[in-house]
Amino acid sequence: MRTILFLLRKEFRQIFRNVTILRLILILPVMQLVILPNAANFEVKNITVCIVDHDHSVGSQRLVTSITASGYFKLAHVTPSYHDAMALIEADKADLILEIPQGFDRALIRDNKQTLFIAVNAINGVKANLGAAYLNTIITQYNAQLRSQWIQPARFGPVSRIEIAALNKYNPYLSYKVYMVPGILAFLVTMVAAYLSALNIVKEKESGTIEQINVTPIRKYQFILGKMIPFWVLGLVVFTIGMLVMRLVYGIVPEGSVLLLYSFAVVYIFSVLGMGLLVSTYAETQQQAMFVAFFFIMIFIMMGGLFTSTDSMPAWAQMITRFNPVRYFIEVMRMVVIRGSTFDDIKYHFLTVFGMGIFLNGWAVLNYRKTS
Amino acid sequence: MPDIVIQARELSKRFGAFVAVDKITFDVPSGEIFGFLGANGAGKTTAMRMLSGLSRPTSGAATVAGFDVFTQPEEIKRTIGYMSQKFSLYEDLTVRENITFFGGIYGLSNRAIKEKSDQLIVQLGLQAEEKKLVGSLPLGWKQKLAFSVAMIHDPRIVFLDEPTGGVDPLTRRQFWDLIYAAADRGVTIFVTTHYMDEAEYCHRVSIMVDGAIKALDTPRNLKQTFNAPTMDAVFYHLARGAQRTAD
Amino acid sequence: MNQLLSFVRKEFLHVLRDRKTLLILFGLPIVQILLFGFALTNEVRNANIAIIDDAHDVASRKIIGMVSASGSFRVREVQGGHASIEELFRNSGVKLIVLFPANFNNDLMHTQHARVQIIADASDPNTASTLTTYVSAIIADYQKSTVQSTALPFAINTQVRMLYNPQLKGAPNFVPGVMALVLMLVCVMMTSIAIVREKELGTMEILLVSPFRPILVIVAKVVPYLLLSLVNVATILVLSTYVLDLPVQGSVLLLFGVSTIFILTSLALGLLISTITNSQQSAMLFSMMGMLLPTIMFSGFMFPIENMPIPLQVISNVVPARWYYTIVKAVMIKGLGITSIWRELLVLVGMTVVLVVISVRKFKVRLA
Repeated sequence: MRTILFLLRKEFRQIFRNVTILRLILILPVMQLVILPNAANFEVKNITVCIVDHDHSVGSQRLVTSITASGYFKLAHVTPSYHDAMALIEADKADLILEIPQGFDRALIRDNKQTLFIAVNAINGVKANLGAAYLNTIITQYNAQLRSQWIQPARFGPVSRIEIAALNKYNPYLSYKVYMVPGILAFLVTMVAAYLSALNIVKEKESGTIEQINVTPIRKYQFILGKMIPFWVLGLVVFTIGMLVMRLVYGIVPEGSVLLLYSFAVVYIFSVLGMGLLVSTYAETQQQAMFVAFFFIMIFIMMGGLFTSTDSMPAWAQMITRFNPVRYFIEVMRMVVIRGSTFDDIKYHFLTVFGMGIFLNGWAVLNYRKTS
Repeated sequence: MPDIVIQARELSKRFGAFVAVDKITFDVPSGEIFGFLGANGAGKTTAMRMLSGLSRPTSGAATVAGFDVFTQPEEIKRTIGYMSQKFSLYEDLTVRENITFFGGIYGLSNRAIKEKSDQLIVQLGLQAEEKKLVGSLPLGWKQKLAFSVAMIHDPRIVFLDEPTGGVDPLTRRQFWDLIYAAADRGVTIFVTTHYMDEAEYCHRVSIMVDGAIKALDTPRNLKQTFNAPTMDAVFYHLARGAQRTAD
Repeated sequence: MNQLLSFVRKEFLHVLRDRKTLLILFGLPIVQILLFGFALTNEVRNANIAIIDDAHDVASRKIIGMVSASGSFRVREVQGGHASIEELFRNSGVKLIVLFPANFNNDLMHTQHARVQIIADASDPNTASTLTTYVSAIIADYQKSTVQSTALPFAINTQVRMLYNPQLKGAPNFVPGVMALVLMLVCVMMTSIAIVREKELGTMEILLVSPFRPILVIVAKVVPYLLLSLVNVATILVLSTYVLDLPVQGSVLLLFGVSTIFILTSLALGLLISTITNSQQSAMLFSMMGMLLPTIMFSGFMFPIENMPIPLQVISNVVPARWYYTIVKAVMIKGLGITSIWRELLVLVGMTVVLVVISVRKFKVRLA
């Protein structure tokens, strides 16, 4: 026990002496938390449409007007040339093309039906779908309007209406910040903890001080604990700063218990440190440790449900995310902050992350050998 | 008859097909300064690491302070001091902080640590430097400090791996003064070096070539046996046919 | 020239001998592209939808049937009670609840007005809006089907063609993005760490005392990583074509050419970082922590840039990955040629030149 205290003193001294790193550890997350969530936005607005009008009739003009008046679309251009319109799509200046064939107006009356052509840049599938859907809606409305002008409305009986009362729970203004800030905070804490722990033991290996430690009667678990506790504290410090930013900069007040969040953070950081320490026991150089840690962090961030929902992934990918600790922290952050979940709701998360922590840290302790 | 504190019988270490240490055998009695000489790459560091519990031997047997190197490495670590080739002190801690840290690790009481630190700092003449980061000290002082830290828990046996590497002759002499002082207190010193003149300072010397001990005796006897005027010449004679050149 | 070559060879040996790092450097892009190409999508799928049916009549059953049949959601029915709504959201991961009040069909038929309540878990606004819109559309379809039995006259139909990505897969959007991300981060990390490492170990000074201009030292360091990254590009393209079913529509040569420039930009950025950091630790901190999230967010493949507040849009202009992402989309997915991308290419070239000039200057200053 005393030994651990000496270890802690040494570690903390070293951490505080390294001012550059300390500053980076504290400033980088804050900066990113303050700036990045403002960039997060999946809303589909400002869809740009280019209209190819072969008809130039009153009818086609009116259609164009109703499209631009809808507010969903920005009109890039009206041109008689499909070729020109395609050029706009290629240059990313238009998202979709509406082609109105020649004689549209007259053919509609004559043949009783007519077809318009829509071409959508579908690289972003969601945007494409929504854009096409909006356009279709506007055209349908225009169609209905046209019909009611040309035909006696009495022909049709009273129309039954199903009213949809839509309620947005937990985030009534549909703010993306509410969704992204807790998630990004979770991720930033992860990076700090992983980074610090992955590099630490390797650094001692590289400088040779680890040999001096190995030749003392120090016990393995004391050594590992002595490494873990300072980073645990640092991780929680970053977490606290993040929570403050969340409150002060974004005005997001957790619906659920802050104490619960902290408890989970404690267990979670334990787990991440275990992973970092494990990497550190296997790596020979700081470079190696960093690359391995980076490899996992990349997978964690993309498969963690931070940006894209884990539900939408194919089954095998979802299975992989089960082993991703970040996924659990992001979920818990969102659940407790936005929905006010209680311990009961997240006990599965608690258990899983705790289990991972035991496994990883245990492995690290076993793998670290004082006698090689 | 002083008792044997370090005993090695056919101790060997292999790394795959490479035999780093080849069946070395010797006894070191208490209070002796035992020099472990050899060229770079001869296997000295590997041998020392086995004896100090840092590395598990592949075959053979050895005991240090009565503890078996195979089964009791942690007990060995409690009773010995060790100074590695890289003088491993924490460069970003001060002189005093390093001493305090290792003192605590070896289980010294707070008071003992304070006393020892004060003592050591005075002994080494580091009063002006005690608050300075070790990284900023010149090499010679780092090395003397590392030695002192290795001795902080008053071990009866001390392993020194190339303690005088890269340092000027005056500092080397000063260092050996420290070693003598320790030996006078009854500490057994096991020191490796590739400086042949330092061999003269030891009670007995073994010369390793290509992982095996080619000679083991007092410096005077060795010079007589090989009819050489200096240890340098003795070594040259033995190492001429050496295959390995670098660690 | 001979000397330069021997220098380059030495650097190559350094890189090739570090097996563990090499494994990561080659393995990382492969794993990432496969994982993300298959797994990532912006679409909302497999969401849990819960239906509370207090009506149990023709209309509600029909609508429920339509929602379930749509295929991409997990629909289940639950017993109602307002307390359980909270639980459904908190506990069971339900994202949307549809509530049919009692007498739904009666109201619809006799008063011409009925109400359906949709409650969305709006924590994730994207999912909430998508699901709400989707279910509303189904309900609207139902409504239309009860009203009209014959086709309406004067019908305007639309024919929609999805360009570049007819199956609306996630890969066309994410593969170019992940390419940009991985190339940039790996290059930046590799160079900055490798150079700072030599500074830390002290071997840098030896190199610089040699009869070599510093710039050649840097060139020699950078060449192995350039080649390594090109191998990675090739691997990614092969995987994309044969495994992800996303072949290169445009010129492969052009793609390689463009990638080379982007790699140089990233290497130059790594170089710059190495001149401002002194320890491997801070180089790594910068490269990983400082660049991972910003690159993801500002390159445009995760969030549309045009949605961001203006100051952030300006920032995104400075992120090289953003330009590369646009170029890759243009060449790989849209099949365009150099005439369409020369502007973006010029920006990348410009960035590279600026970064190199600043780095070389700083490099010299450091050593003076």
